[in-house]
Amino acid sequence: MVAKPCFEIRDLDVHFGEVHALQDVSFDIVKNEILGAIGPANSGKTTFLRALNRLNETQLNYRMAGSISLEGKDINAGFKAEELRRKVGMIFALPMPLPLSIYENVAFGPRRQGINDRRRLDVIVEESLQSAFLWEEVKDRLKSGAMKLSGGQQQRLCMARTLAVKPDVILFDEPCSGLDPISTAKVEESMLKLKEKYTIVLVTNNTKQAARVSNRVAFFLMGHLIELDQSDKIFTSPRDQRTEDYISGKFG
Amino acid sequence: MKRFREFIIEKLVFLSGILVILFVGLIFVFLLKEAFAFFREIRLSEFLAGKFWYPISDPPRFGILPLILGSLFVTLGAVIFAVPLSVGAAFYIAEIAPARIRDFLKTGIEVLASIPSVVLGFVGMMTIVPWIKLIFHVPTGLTALAGSVMLGFMAMPTIISISEDAITAVPRQYKEGSIAIGATRWQTMYRVTIHAAKPGIIAACMLGVGRVIGETMAVMMITGNAAVIPRTFLQPVRTLTATIAAEMGEVVHGSMHYYSLFSIGVILFLITFIINVTADFFLHRQRTK
Amino acid sequence: MKIGSWISVKTKEKVAFACLFLITLFVLAPVVIVLFIIFKNGMAAINWNFLTAMPSEGMRSGGIFPAILGTLYLVIGATLCSLPLGILAAIYLSEYAKENALTRTINLAIINLSGVPSVVYGLFGFSLFVMFLKFGASIVAGALTLAIMNLPVIITSTRESLKAVPDYFREVSLSLGASRWQTVRHAVLPFALPGILTGTILSIARAAGETAPILFTVAAFYIPHLPDSVFDQVMALPYHLYIIATQIPNIPTSYRYGTALVLIVMVLLMNLVATVIRSSFRRRYKW
Repeated sequence: MVAKPCFEIRDLDVHFGEVHALQDVSFDIVKNEILGAIGPANSGKTTFLRALNRLNETQLNYRMAGSISLEGKDINAGFKAEELRRKVGMIFALPMPLPLSIYENVAFGPRRQGINDRRRLDVIVEESLQSAFLWEEVKDRLKSGAMKLSGGQQQRLCMARTLAVKPDVILFDEPCSGLDPISTAKVEESMLKLKEKYTIVLVTNNTKQAARVSNRVAFFLMGHLIELDQSDKIFTSPRDQRTEDYISGKFG
Repeated sequence: MKRFREFIIEKLVFLSGILVILFVGLIFVFLLKEAFAFFREIRLSEFLAGKFWYPISDPPRFGILPLILGSLFVTLGAVIFAVPLSVGAAFYIAEIAPARIRDFLKTGIEVLASIPSVVLGFVGMMTIVPWIKLIFHVPTGLTALAGSVMLGFMAMPTIISISEDAITAVPRQYKEGSIAIGATRWQTMYRVTIHAAKPGIIAACMLGVGRVIGETMAVMMITGNAAVIPRTFLQPVRTLTATIAAEMGEVVHGSMHYYSLFSIGVILFLITFIINVTADFFLHRQRTK
Repeated sequence: MKIGSWISVKTKEKVAFACLFLITLFVLAPVVIVLFIIFKNGMAAINWNFLTAMPSEGMRSGGIFPAILGTLYLVIGATLCSLPLGILAAIYLSEYAKENALTRTINLAIINLSGVPSVVYGLFGFSLFVMFLKFGASIVAGALTLAIMNLPVIITSTRESLKAVPDYFREVSLSLGASRWQTVRHAVLPFALPGILTGTILSIARAAGETAPILFTVAAFYIPHLPDSVFDQVMALPYHLYIIATQIPNIPTSYRYGTALVLIVMVLLMNLVATVIRSSFRRRYKW
């Protein structure tokens, strides 16, 4: 089976001022896969993730060279930043609900697209919360503050919020770094379900997590893509010595 | 339509930023415009170092030395009195007071800051001025001393709140490190915290000075407004600001006297500009340290 | 020996703290004294007539209604001009501007504006609005002068409120496909609003009490009728207090204190509103 490419990344090169954060990264991300990106701190994996939805642009002195295309269209030339980000959603490292009600958090994205009709919003909010496995827990208190939820619930609320925009791709930026093992398991479980409909890129510090959920894993080190392969290959017989050292915990 | 509205709003936002520069430019241009006419006829040295301010006698004399010294006297007195008290109070509020009392004290400081200067001047006229006359047996209580006391209190809110910010901004590790090696809180304050907060406290004092130099109404009401070179604090003085406020109302438009008042305005503008830029420099040093 | 010196260090600390406490009380004493004096002597003058009547007999009797109204006009006018401009400029600086020469110039301009003495604003207002633009001494000229004086205060406090909104609010909003302005409007402004309101009200309170900027741009010594248009002169409370305190002899003291009382109550009420907004906001949002 020849998988259809979702993102095509060619010669990606990123600078923040003097800092050379990513160099010479080229590969494809396939539709409906979970791509895990692992690597030590400052390896460029988060920069890579944020390049995909152009969120790096909020940073000072950001420069990008090379090209990224989404479904054949260049993400810089072919899309407005807002359009791109509606197609490419993002879940952040820490659960970050806005200090609004649960309902308004989920409705935030759709409202910005001009959807203000109450019935349509109700449908979107319910669907999104259900896809994030949160609906049953919060359906009686949609109007109460999102900050009152537990950490794990907040993270699933953030997933619902992203799903409400109906993206094609979801970027996870270390989504479980602030969560306990049970909440982590729930998030991972939902990722595997989401894979059926979405393409997922997961940046994680937790190599075991990458092994558990990803189809393919990319290993970043000091701004370079060192190795990219099927998960089981990376974790059982990596080609590069550095990959092996990292996975076996020799540095990290 | 939505795009268009956003475009307009973003342009307006940008325009507002530009307008702020424009206003500063305008202020300077309009002060200079009037002052320029003055300096065509009077030399700068004569203006700054002249010992006599007789703007409406014949021939007029436009020496603002007595006014500069008047401002200096009042400011100096206010600073000597306000700085130690304000820094002390800032330490108390930032480091010692329990949370409830702190909020209460801060509200008090805010109220002090919000009392209009004309009200303070009026109350000063009715209280400090007669007291000074009584205590020091001087012919009039309208003196530099009265101005200094009143202005000292007016500068305090500025000095206290900015110093307090600087003290609070000192990293906890400094203080905890000092406590950990056995120093008391008080020792920590005067050996560690005050040094770490120094740039901020200096900035606070400079902004306090700026506030004092620029103060007009209270000063005009209680310093006696005599344009003579002051020798003691128990003598009436006249400041730069009070001169403008008192004489602008009666001046003939387009006369040398009129232009001279704008020249004083330019001098004040420059003094406060220097003070504020320097204070800002110190504030940034505190932040980047 | 060791214990002895430790005790003396402890005692020193106690004494030092006590001194600092007394200093703080001393600093706050004038607040209490001033308010007490004004309330005690001013209450006698306050009655319906004083608040709503025109002044008469060279301001020695009657009321201060035109001065109250004048101050209201000036404050409202100044706010209408400076509020939108100040908030927009702050949004520009905090949300849009990149670190470059223009931004640094604007910052310098704001620092400078905030330090200019109020009487110099008065000179400027006179030169630009009264003479150059030929508004004459009028409500417009005075309100515009106060507006420009207020601008840096509003910008600075708005900016601080915007900066206090965590960056992740912006990132989250952008990541959900909101445009830049939508992000400012829906993910930043609502959470900065209470802070902005507080700062704005405080600046208005300050403008209400200012005398020097209106001395030559609007204030009238004595006008026993109300203004017909924005190009009329008006009386204003702070200026009125200055006049009856220094220029008019044989005026009942209670009139002076009464005027001061009305002015200070106005200013303190605005401060109170600002404080209430701020503290209720602190309780509601914590992130």
